Amino acid sequence: MYRSHVLICGGTGCTSSNSGKILEVMKEEVAKAGLTDEINIVHTGCFGLCALGPIMVVYPEGAFYSMVRPEDVPEIVQEHLLKGRIVKRLLYQETVQEDTIKSLNETDFYKKQMRLALRNCGVINPEVIDEYIAYDGYQALAKCVTEMTPEEVIKVVLDSGLRGRGGAGFPTGRKWSLAAANKADQKYVCCNADEGDPGAFMDRSVLEGDPHSVIEAMAIAGYAIGATQGYVYVRAEYPIAVQRLRIAIDQAREYGLLGKNIFGTDFCFDVDIRLGAGAFVCGEETALMTSIEGKRGEPHPRPPFPAVKGLFGKPTILNNVETYANIPQIILKGAEWFSSIGTEKSKGTKVFAVGGKIHNTGLVEVPMGTTLREIVEEIGGGIPNGKKFKAAQTGGPSGGCIPAQHLDVPIDYDNLIAIGSMMGSGGLIVMDEDTCMVDIAKFFLEFTVDESCGKCTPCRVGTKRLYEMLDKITKGEGTLEDIDKMEELCYHIKNNSLCGLGQTAPNPVLSTLQYFRDEYIAHVKDKTCPAHVCKSLLQYYIDPDKCRGCTLCARQCPVGAIDGKVKEVHKINTDRCVKCGACMEKCRFGAIIKK
Amino acid sequence: MKSLAELQAIKERAQSRIQMREEMGDDTRIVVGMATCGIAAGARPVLTSFVDEIGKRKLEHVVVTQTGCIGICQYEPVVEVFVPGQEKVTYVKMTPEKAVRVVNDHIVNGNVVTEFTIGAAQK
Repeated sequence: MYRSHVLICGGTGCTSSNSGKILEVMKEEVAKAGLTDEINIVHTGCFGLCALGPIMVVYPEGAFYSMVRPEDVPEIVQEHLLKGRIVKRLLYQETVQEDTIKSLNETDFYKKQMRLALRNCGVINPEVIDEYIAYDGYQALAKCVTEMTPEEVIKVVLDSGLRGRGGAGFPTGRKWSLAAANKADQKYVCCNADEGDPGAFMDRSVLEGDPHSVIEAMAIAGYAIGATQGYVYVRAEYPIAVQRLRIAIDQAREYGLLGKNIFGTDFCFDVDIRLGAGAFVCGEETALMTSIEGKRGEPHPRPPFPAVKGLFGKPTILNNVETYANIPQIILKGAEWFSSIGTEKSKGTKVFAVGGKIHNTGLVEVPMGTTLREIVEEIGGGIPNGKKFKAAQTGGPSGGCIPAQHLDVPIDYDNLIAIGSMMGSGGLIVMDEDTCMVDIAKFFLEFTVDESCGKCTPCRVGTKRLYEMLDKITKGEGTLEDIDKMEELCYHIKNNSLCGLGQTAPNPVLSTLQYFRDEYIAHVKDKTCPAHVCKSLLQYYIDPDKCRGCTLCARQCPVGAIDGKVKEVHKINTDRCVKCGACMEKCRFGAIIKK
Repeated sequence: MKSLAELQAIKERAQSRIQMREEMGDDTRIVVGMATCGIAAGARPVLTSFVDEIGKRKLEHVVVTQTGCIGICQYEPVVEVFVPGQEKVTYVKMTPEKAVRVVNDHIVNGNVVTEFTIGAAQK
């Protein structure tokens, strides 16, 4: 029996800011203080509030320490663990109250969240199967194989209204019933953990923080459709996720939760991992399965759909990590419970990876139908430095930008499509007034040009030409005809590409054209970049009224483009200026302006 | 895993170890004074004794925490017990053996061990 639990975040975010070292020092210090038998040190998954990492939570008090450094650990051990005095200076400021600490669930960041897929992340030790079992783990699988028929399992999933969390939002139950209806000697269950959208990391966090939930759900899917083998396709760039998944699979096999005759029934199921090399196209289902087969990851036309002819030519279902993470609870709590959450056509919750110009970067799980405003302003804590919200980008390179006038739209699959974006896997990048929308479109196009597999022409050549036109516009060399041509090309690419990558690649361009056409026109007609981002279209100047002649900028300039004597107004030689912005950053008087 | 009962057994075993990670809410709190004076007077063995006894009896919704100096250093080790909805009880000059009795009589059976309280000590 431990009297206190110390939870240290072992997600990728906190690990890269040194939480591994913190864990090590904590173990040493606790041993030094002779507390090893009383204090349980737990390496957990992601807490979601990545902006404040590394994170440490101490129970039973529930003290939430943020931005902990290894050198803070001795103080936490001596003061908190030994003497019971919470180290206030390290607490997440929002939880500090006069004489006590506020519960984490009352803070703005967690208050509006509803954690279903992430329910165990930051709560259990993902490398200890018993902790997952303590929180009802594998109960759903037990219920399925001992009490329910495969048809009943599919019906529950169908009735719950769960839709695929990977992006397209296809009803999960329908996918399962299609695969179940096809008779075959062998079927497969696959998990898509090839999370490729820049900025999205919820699948990684689920695998890192709660890998057993995915394994359990895959076994349930196997039972439902009559498959005995599962594959998790995960990118090799997620080393922590891969490692925890491996440990989880081994533990599940050891307990007989994977393998032959699970729970004493005839049901047999096993899971293997297949590592992807990080190609974006391998997130597309047909390309993913081709890659599992050991071939080059390229998509092929559908039909036949995977439910008919998938992996190794056998009926296959492929679901996303977050989708699977919802399954065990749906089985245990029922379809009605799940469908009571969310909007009419989008049930349950969705995890968003919130990033960009926002205070609380991290993972946020909210019921469907939550507005963008609630996510950005309340949970996200708003935009730093008093800047104004300009747009939010959802759906990564396949999605679009949502401007300020749509901040109050309840987010679900259909509403996002109606306003020209899409749910995607749930990346949400917040942009403020300093972001150039043409530049953003160019950024995403550059990504798709890189990631296009090259199999079909509309995608391979089309995205490249689109990128070139965008590049021309950001350099101030575009014409109004270019804009029209771009739009036309967008529709060609959308309609003629083989797979989802190409079919959605023009979305960032189309949505910025829809909402921020004036910015494109400013680049073309006035040869200016309203947000002052595109280098070719801006100049740096020194405001003679503000310049004090301190010479700091001249000394900073890497190309010697600033002339001026001490206590005299300086001047930037625009021919020589490389627009690096170093002078602007250093000036203490705000005398340097760009226009 | 051959049966549901097996899974249930693992669940129960694991649950008692991690139930602390939930909201405190209505938990009974046993607070041990662990300032310099408390530690010097032997508060550590008292604390471990409480933890062991609660573990042995698999009591749920009971937490053991520490606090600083309460100001009655001559009575250390001091332990305060907060049962929700009841007045707090302050035990003084505690020992590991007394702790076992407090768990048995007070926490489990609801009878305050009057002879260990500060009221008795001051008479």
